[in-house]
Amino acid sequence: MQRAAPLMIAVTTGFVMILAYFVPAMNDWGDMATNWFNILAAAALVLGGGNLLKMNLQQIAARSAGWGYAAVMLVSFLATVGLGLAKVGVHPPVNFPDAPWAGDYIQEGSALGWIYEYLINPVTATMFSMLAFFVASAAFRAFRAKNLEAGLLLGTAVIVLLGRTYAGVFLTGWLPESLGWLRFNRLTELIMDVCTTPGTRAITIGIALGVVASSLKILLGMDRPYLGSDEA
Amino acid sequence: MIPGWLKNLDRRWIFLLMFLAVSLPQLFGVSFPERPSRKVLDVFDAIDGLAEGSRVLMAFDFDPASEGELSPMASAFTRHCCEKKLKLYFMTLWERGPPMVQKALDIIASEHPSMTYGTDFVNLGFKPGLEGVIRNAFSNLHVDFKTDQAGNSLHDIALTRELKSLREMDLLICIGSGSPGPKEWVQYGAAPNAMRMVAGVTGVQAPQLLPYVPRQLVGLLAAIKSAAEYEQALIDRYPQLARVDQAKEGLRRMGPQLVAHVLMVLLIVSGNLVYFLGGQSGDAP
Repeated sequence: MQRAAPLMIAVTTGFVMILAYFVPAMNDWGDMATNWFNILAAAALVLGGGNLLKMNLQQIAARSAGWGYAAVMLVSFLATVGLGLAKVGVHPPVNFPDAPWAGDYIQEGSALGWIYEYLINPVTATMFSMLAFFVASAAFRAFRAKNLEAGLLLGTAVIVLLGRTYAGVFLTGWLPESLGWLRFNRLTELIMDVCTTPGTRAITIGIALGVVASSLKILLGMDRPYLGSDEA
Repeated sequence: MIPGWLKNLDRRWIFLLMFLAVSLPQLFGVSFPERPSRKVLDVFDAIDGLAEGSRVLMAFDFDPASEGELSPMASAFTRHCCEKKLKLYFMTLWERGPPMVQKALDIIASEHPSMTYGTDFVNLGFKPGLEGVIRNAFSNLHVDFKTDQAGNSLHDIALTRELKSLREMDLLICIGSGSPGPKEWVQYGAAPNAMRMVAGVTGVQAPQLLPYVPRQLVGLLAAIKSAAEYEQALIDRYPQLARVDQAKEGLRRMGPQLVAHVLMVLLIVSGNLVYFLGGQSGDAP
């Protein structure tokens, strides 16, 4: 029963979603399955939070390598969850002054709003910005035309880098119209349209076919990864 | 043949060069002319061709990490829709997205004060549930959305009172940098319901979305370059925007981008010179 129930739920829900897609009369069933998914996802979030706490507390208790980071993570996690759930500093909406808990959780001036503005915002933006520095370093240290394939990749990178800025127009804009296709901006479009897009399209179709095959195996109960690795 | 300092160039010099390449053009306000490409004009025409009062969904599925790359196009879309007097429905599926939406609302408040909340635009806010929200919203909007961001019932808002589902939108616009984002809006919203959609994405995400153009996506803006071209197209069509400094944010950011790209090319060339002329002794430390 422990294995039969989840299997039945997975198979039934899967087929409901497929039928709901193709049979308009069954749309409501699909909506219901989606709502159940959202409810289960919320429960999984609690489980995930609990697991996060457990793992990090164990790391701190054992004083294993990097336990300080675990402590910082725990404090940040608990502070963010606590301040967010308690809606510290959140004012009630103008239209509902008697409903203090109805205010926006990330409202300007609230504790979570402050965390967002002065911690999350700069930290995530910094992480993304640092890519420019690491890519520049890698361009000098590792991007070598060691063979034909690497040379093609390098040449493409140079064309696209220049073609996606005014530098491309400045360097090759003088070419006559008969040789216009050699301008960097046109070459960039050519690369995107003739090489990148068809290549990605082929990969996407291949992935989709793989997903269909995997989904069918799951729907028919032939593949049961959600039951755990020790299933019979 | 190759000087020793170049062979053993400390990576911190490269970091410094990149810092200067980005910061100096920004500080001195260096910018370059842009000419809108056909791909950008396809997106522009999709919005410009809408009749006054058409309904447009604005899904802002990004966060501060990609704000630098995506906010210029989000702002440009907002300005364009306001100039066209379209009815705007803002929402986000990212929990860090509401402040991104708020910035668009601030543009409306400062540049189009005659537009009224609830009548001309509405903020449906953040809704958890990923792709499920998209699916439900095209079936019945009121399943997941009971109120707007401020807690007002959708039945009390003029724009949403009669709205049954997102199928009634005339155009979907999604600016996104991950999942859920434009790909999910195409798969669960635009394609199954045969709706017109345009999108704006980061440069690294563009190849994943390009196969959907032009059938599932009418057009696609990729990275700051497309945002700058879109701003130029907007200024060409609505010359009064040339006086709005904030309407040229993408154009301004192309200056640092050009210098940074040229630096990258120089680094690639010099790295290969070190490799080939320096006896192919391996990578620099």
